[in-house]
Amino acid sequence: MKKNQYMNPYLAGFFLGLLLLVTIFITGRGLGASGAIKSGVIATVTSIAPSHTGNTHYYTEYSEEHKESPLKNWLVFEVIGVVIGAFASGLISDRTGIVLEHSPRITKNVRITAALFGGLFFGLGSQLGRGCTSGAALSGMGVLSTGGIVTMLAIFGGAYLFAYFFRKLWI
Amino acid sequence: MAPLVPDIIGNELNLFVALLIGIAFGFILEQAGFSTSKKLVGMFYGYDFTVLRVFFTAGLTAMIGVIAFGHFGLLDLNLIYINPFYIWSAIAGGLIMGLGFVVGGFCPGTSVCAAAIGKVDAMIFIAGSFIGVFIFAEGYPFFEDFYKSGFVGYPHIFETLGMSQAAFAVLLTIIAVAAFFITTLIESKVNGKTNPEFMPAKLYYGIAMVVIIISFSAFLMPERQSDIINRSSDQTIMKSFQPEYMTADEFAFRLIDADKNLRIIDLRSPEEYKEMNFPNSINMTKKDLFGKNGNTVFSKKNAVYVLIADNEEIEKQSAYIASEIGYENVFILSGGINGFKESIINFQKPENTGSRQEADVNRFREKASILIPEIIKANKDKGTPKKKESKRVLGGC
Repeated sequence: MKKNQYMNPYLAGFFLGLLLLVTIFITGRGLGASGAIKSGVIATVTSIAPSHTGNTHYYTEYSEEHKESPLKNWLVFEVIGVVIGAFASGLISDRTGIVLEHSPRITKNVRITAALFGGLFFGLGSQLGRGCTSGAALSGMGVLSTGGIVTMLAIFGGAYLFAYFFRKLWI
Repeated sequence: MAPLVPDIIGNELNLFVALLIGIAFGFILEQAGFSTSKKLVGMFYGYDFTVLRVFFTAGLTAMIGVIAFGHFGLLDLNLIYINPFYIWSAIAGGLIMGLGFVVGGFCPGTSVCAAAIGKVDAMIFIAGSFIGVFIFAEGYPFFEDFYKSGFVGYPHIFETLGMSQAAFAVLLTIIAVAAFFITTLIESKVNGKTNPEFMPAKLYYGIAMVVIIISFSAFLMPERQSDIINRSSDQTIMKSFQPEYMTADEFAFRLIDADKNLRIIDLRSPEEYKEMNFPNSINMTKKDLFGKNGNTVFSKKNAVYVLIADNEEIEKQSAYIASEIGYENVFILSGGINGFKESIINFQKPENTGSRQEADVNRFREKASILIPEIIKANKDKGTPKKKESKRVLGGC
């Protein structure tokens, strides 16, 4: 493979599928990402304002389900792995470096604002939809769950629906 | 039988497994090009369908693998995590995520991947998603009713659509191949040139053929569990099936002896079981014999398994299922529980005893007819043993 070149998408998809299959085989659940962010938020709020978490329904519901520290969580460890794995891949293919990537048609500030709000929507949506592209859409498809597949269709459908209005950000 | 967690891999080791899986996940995502927002949003503007290709291929591969593992009895599909389906929040949450996708250019997993190689926009996206989750957490009282509305349960997509699992897999494979073909055409048109990297090579035709053959063969072969159950009620098959018998006397002897190796599988209804049961027994249905629970019950070393039911016929059917699954040391109680009651529990000493051996047997039965009801009573006083079951994996994203 040439340096800098990406893997063939079908091959990458095949590997990703095998990984998902192995994950389901070993753990009985699929891959995820937004759950780790949720754990991160809960851990942060718990350590900054412990009395607050005791009063808010959301945090108490979470701590009822998770007896241990919110950071001692499968998805948190998995996401730490993602950082290591992606960095290793970036090193091998020579793609590392601090950059703010944006379309030449927009300024840095526009990209920063868009990334921030994009993350905000995704974070909010992933909680409402009980999972993101990994946990709901991809894993949901793997285990053939209606909930996951409906969320997947809504994510991609929503993206196509809104794509036109934000085209200036990209093309 | 999988899943391996929590019985084979403990919860602590599972966290280490999570780290390894994460490393592979991050590596693959980055290699696929998911570390740049430009590539990620490409499919929404028609210039780069990498996301669709990777995503669809991955989903199909995993799905076909899960179906195949389930089909051949390697993975208990009743134990794996199925996303709960709340109609309204699934749709609304998905739409908001779609908005986030085209505005931010990432999704949570890919943003972590991109941030790892130094993309500042990805780091900002992650910060944004922390804020988003925080808003949801703080505004939970406001969202809660909507969040929990329209709960349908944990349905599978093929059930929702009213088709068989295999038929759905074939249908989705066809849709995927069509989508790959059409999006390649769109991409060439938008970019004004054909990109040879994305054209399917011979190797992929080969892989596609293998997958299609496997999925069709799975489609044609009946599902293992229902197939075995069906065959167990087939008269001709059952006539030629020879189970191993345990006589009522031996059963009684082992009970009195408090034989630790004796495992009694009680096939009666839970009500009947609750009313009267033997020590060291477990109440199971035909279906319970399958899956991880069944495997656990039948995997004890040196154990002798006795299937009991009211009559021999039901015992024989379940013995057939057990032997088809591959369980060993499985016996059936000759005469069933009814026969056992007749010859042991309600033993009536015959007037004229024959040979000396018969007299010995009668003496034993007489003793047993007193001891066994006591054993049953003592067992009942201990309370009905709870059905131990492996639980479906819970918790999600």
